[in-house]
Amino acid sequence: MSNYSLQAINLNKTFGRRLIFKDLNFKIEENGITGISGANGSGKSTLVKILAGVNSPTSGKVIHIENGKEILPEKLHNYIGFVSPYLVLYEEFSAWENLTHFAKIRGVKFNNEKIEYLLNQFLLFDRRNDYVKTYSSGMKQRLKFIFALMHSPKLIILDEPTSNLDAEGKDSVYKIIDEESKSGIVIIASNEKSDLALCSKEIKLEEFKNHK
Amino acid sequence: MSSKAYALYKKDLNSELRTRYAVNSLVMFIIVAISVILFSIGNEKITQSLTSGLFWVVIFFSAMSGLSRAFVAEEERGTSLTLHLIASPSTVFSGKLIFNLILVFCMNTIVAVLFSILFEAFIIRNFALFAVAFVFGNIGLAVASTIIAAIISKAGAKGTLYPVLSFPILLPLILTCVQLTLLSNQGADFEAAKFELAIVFCYDVIMLTGSYMLFDFVWKD
Amino acid sequence: MVWKIFLFVLLAFVSIAGIAFPIVPVPHAWYEFPLIPGLKENAKIIFFHVPTAWLSAVAFMMNTIYSIKYLRKKNLDDDAKSYAAAQLGIIFCVLATVTGAVWAKFAWGSFWSWDPRQTSIFALLLIYGAWFALRSSIESEEKRATLSSVYAIIAFLTVPFFVFIMPRIMSGLHPGSADDTNAGPVINFKMNGNMQLIFFLSLIGFTILYFWMWSIGYRSLILKDKINKQSIKE
Repeated sequence: MSNYSLQAINLNKTFGRRLIFKDLNFKIEENGITGISGANGSGKSTLVKILAGVNSPTSGKVIHIENGKEILPEKLHNYIGFVSPYLVLYEEFSAWENLTHFAKIRGVKFNNEKIEYLLNQFLLFDRRNDYVKTYSSGMKQRLKFIFALMHSPKLIILDEPTSNLDAEGKDSVYKIIDEESKSGIVIIASNEKSDLALCSKEIKLEEFKNHK
Repeated sequence: MSSKAYALYKKDLNSELRTRYAVNSLVMFIIVAISVILFSIGNEKITQSLTSGLFWVVIFFSAMSGLSRAFVAEEERGTSLTLHLIASPSTVFSGKLIFNLILVFCMNTIVAVLFSILFEAFIIRNFALFAVAFVFGNIGLAVASTIIAAIISKAGAKGTLYPVLSFPILLPLILTCVQLTLLSNQGADFEAAKFELAIVFCYDVIMLTGSYMLFDFVWKD
Repeated sequence: MVWKIFLFVLLAFVSIAGIAFPIVPVPHAWYEFPLIPGLKENAKIIFFHVPTAWLSAVAFMMNTIYSIKYLRKKNLDDDAKSYAAAQLGIIFCVLATVTGAVWAKFAWGSFWSWDPRQTSIFALLLIYGAWFALRSSIESEEKRATLSSVYAIIAFLTVPFFVFIMPRIMSGLHPGSADDTNAGPVINFKMNGNMQLIFFLSLIGFTILYFWMWSIGYRSLILKDKINKQSIKE
């Protein structure tokens, strides 16, 4: 049993008057991995952004609860780690500078050991002082994992986590996901079979389209 | 809360020092605008009220060339999602506002110094009045242009729309500040300018409260 | 249907009365207007100038109210309502500016003299212009509605400055300005009873006309949206 839970109540999202999904209800209470699947353009990214509190749903709401108390929307960002292909880090800074700025802006302590551990884990330690603009797309993707994990979030949201990664990168990602799922909630939005194979539960977006 | 906003400002400052995205164009803009005015004046003697007006014209257009940077740069590079994930909307707004405030103060100080050197009619006789008006005017300018910058960064069209949207909002501020600059150049005392000072102060308070409350809606997609 | 006929009769009467009733030095008959010194025959434009200016303010107000409503409920119908209000607002704003400028030419000698109220209506025109420019630059309906609502509210925050402050820092020509020696609005004491009656009838008539146009406007916008949505689905 986890002390963190996530609940979606009657989520509806329309773009203008085009329906993305409707009457989406689910609750995640246990630590573990939940998958979100759906065809391209079905609204996976929209849904994960709504869960992360970045976008707002057209109606309905998402409730994040920690120790029986609802987390206020303006505090939510520090409970969430988020990785996606469309996330961009600051290219004019080095990896290390990016991470120190992020820690300060979040208002959390910069944990040197944890960052070094993560940098080693994702094979970026030697390049930590190079500008992000010199990185390959796979390295950027791995840096995003460090960005998502550095503040020890309770909820980790991964949108297509293994895009741009080679076999070695995928393995280290799967290892980390497995580790994190023991102490928190992980949500993966993906169509990759190998990604979805990790999940104990799956939300199929096609079921919430309700075409009349 | 304020330390987070300050950290965000530091990030923007470092990034600005590295890319010089806003500063270079701002400085060049000021120089170009003032030289165009000087060329068109030639040997004419211009009045104090015209100089005070020109002073704020230069400030308005320089602000329009540089202040949208705070938000447009994030949106253009796609980093606004990152910012969403590390900071609450109020932190983002405060951080960007601090950045713009500093930028406005530096820029307008340069403009004021250049005007005092280059324009004969621009002599500040009541310096205290000028300083107070300058501070309040700059705050109003920074606040209004920050929220408008947030709006245009989320809208598709970037550069051209900025002055169009900002001008009507800034109009009462600019008209009053022109008046105040003229008064300080004429050497009027605070008693004569208290009504205008009150206006500028009210403008700052109203705009700050309004933008702070509305920023959430702009920032969240 | 009945009230449409009523509105037609009312506006027809106001237009005919406003234009055709004679102005005489000492009015006796019910259809005669008093002579206002300095204005003479061109005083009659007040029946059309003031209602248009009033409606451009009403439209701006409604634009703001529906913007606030939209931000609260996120219902696109409210956005259609504020859009319809702004469309009418800009029309009436242009009409008020033009009738005002024409009147100013004959009463004050020039089309434009940056009187506080002229400045305010100019700012209102700019705000409407900027508002439509902002809307046309945004593709997504929701984003367009949200951002234009925010802009409308911020623009509305500047209203007190134009209404209360501009007349005090600029010299004004309109009645009621700070340095107006005639003191007080024209309506109160220089108009006689029947002139006032026609003035207020005109105000009421134009206001009803505005709300009628507005409701047709927003309902057609909503219908258009629905048709678009259906054609997307098929």
